[in-house]
Amino acid sequence: MNILEVYDLTKVYGDFKAVKGISFAVRQGEVFGLLGPNGAGKTTTINMLTGLARTTSGRVVYSGIDYTHDIKKAQHLMGIVPDESNLYPELTGFENLCFCAALYGMKKKEAGAKAEILLEQFGLKDAKDKKFAAYSRGMKRRLTIAAGIIHDPPILFLDEPTTGIDVASARQIRNILKDMNKKGTTIFLTTHYIEEAERLCDRVAFIVEGRIIKIDYVDELIHPVKDRNILILNISGLSDGIEERLLTILPDFKCKRLSNSEIRIESDHPVRTGHIIRILEEEGIDVIEAKRMRATLEDVFVNITGIEAHEMKKEKEKKAG
Amino acid sequence: MNNWIAFFAIFLKDIKTYYLKPPNISWGIIFPFAWAGMFFIRTGGNMMDVMSILPGVMSLSILFGTTSMLSVTITFEKKSRTFDRILLSPIPLTLIMFAKTSGAILFGIVNAFVPFFVAGFFVDLSQVHLSIVIAAIILISIASTFMGLFIATSVSEVFEAQTFSNFFRFPMIFLCGLFFPISKLPSLVRPLSYIMPLTYGVDLLHGAINHTQILPYTFDFAVLFLFCTVLFYISLYNIKKRWVL
Repeated sequence: MNILEVYDLTKVYGDFKAVKGISFAVRQGEVFGLLGPNGAGKTTTINMLTGLARTTSGRVVYSGIDYTHDIKKAQHLMGIVPDESNLYPELTGFENLCFCAALYGMKKKEAGAKAEILLEQFGLKDAKDKKFAAYSRGMKRRLTIAAGIIHDPPILFLDEPTTGIDVASARQIRNILKDMNKKGTTIFLTTHYIEEAERLCDRVAFIVEGRIIKIDYVDELIHPVKDRNILILNISGLSDGIEERLLTILPDFKCKRLSNSEIRIESDHPVRTGHIIRILEEEGIDVIEAKRMRATLEDVFVNITGIEAHEMKKEKEKKAG
Repeated sequence: MNNWIAFFAIFLKDIKTYYLKPPNISWGIIFPFAWAGMFFIRTGGNMMDVMSILPGVMSLSILFGTTSMLSVTITFEKKSRTFDRILLSPIPLTLIMFAKTSGAILFGIVNAFVPFFVAGFFVDLSQVHLSIVIAAIILISIASTFMGLFIATSVSEVFEAQTFSNFFRFPMIFLCGLFFPISKLPSLVRPLSYIMPLTYGVDLLHGAINHTQILPYTFDFAVLFLFCTVLFYISLYNIKKRWVL
């Protein structure tokens, strides 16, 4: 059963078409990811689905009911975690959670009890009486997610849930999201961390320039490339024209320069690492490190969209500070 | 869903985080005293003049208290995106805005009564129509608060809210009959007085305190009520148009 259905959704700002007639459905109990580069229309889509932006055209259906023209009436079904933490800096963690619970009509006693449980679950019990302004970035993010689920929404929207936070907090958040999903919450998330989407999502949609260009189960997307052999080589003194040079040395492989020191070698046939390093060293190319990789959703994303995932990540992280 | 739980949560949060802060409490006390002191000195310390300046001091206390607080707090919340959290909750927009403005209305009412109670120690207030004073203060507070809301929903930055507030407030000080009778204003300027909500509030207070109103009470109340309604609905329109893009 679909908890959310979107038909031909469009958003136009003046002359600019931010979202160009996208359609998809989110199934009850799944984790659905919307992946795309900066300005692809992810946040605009979330805003239209949650009521922070009006739709120009198209339909939004929650649990079989068309709420296109009055999303407000569907807001009790949603938990919303925006890309920036938007809790009150002058309130404590506990007060923020109780306030958010009250916005959904929860009584004081019930809200307080639920807030205590969430603070414990999100590892924030010791910071319960601390002002939100004094929280670290990771703590702020966790509390914002807790605030988004305090009313037990059937569907949770997360816009870039782990952007700009430390690795440990990001891992903790991913575990929390997995647990929530196991307990039955449907999750709709946007992320620029493709590996995060791969770990968390059941299905993903790739959105580029306001259009969904691919939508499928993560396993199905990876299946055609899962047998591909990938080697990442760290090479000292990487010179210009190395890709062309490698193509002549290793004609059966696809070679790509990733950075100033990294080269990616890819083939449908098994890659013998030692053999390749030997050939390169014979040609005077000094290999410092070689890593075998499996094909990931990132490879699928790059193949389909032509957009380099690491560039997308860098751009987004720069924005997040 | 019980919308009133959300209403009181927003109202109490605003009272706690904005209006009960020491700077605002001291503002509520110092501001009316400063105005009263200024006019008291100007009139040479005549106690009878307390009655004539009381409507003006009460009105200004409300006007400055409500418009400053609301326009700044809402603009600040919108800027820091905490206002989006309320917009995304399943409460009707009208109720959200009533909740956000209730704290400022109460703040304005309390501010207005400070000079009124203090005046009670110096002059005889037994001839004052208390019920008219209370009704006028409530309506002036609502109108001024909704003016603050209109300002907040028309600007994007906190400093713009301050500047835009003054654009409305300062002409009102001179044109609404607070301290100079409207009849003594130049005839070219006089029509401006009648497009300002405070003119009708001040007229009510002059009538209730000094029995010197120029318009009938019912007319003043009706016009103030109309201003409140128009300002509120323009603000709602602004929010839908500018904030729900």
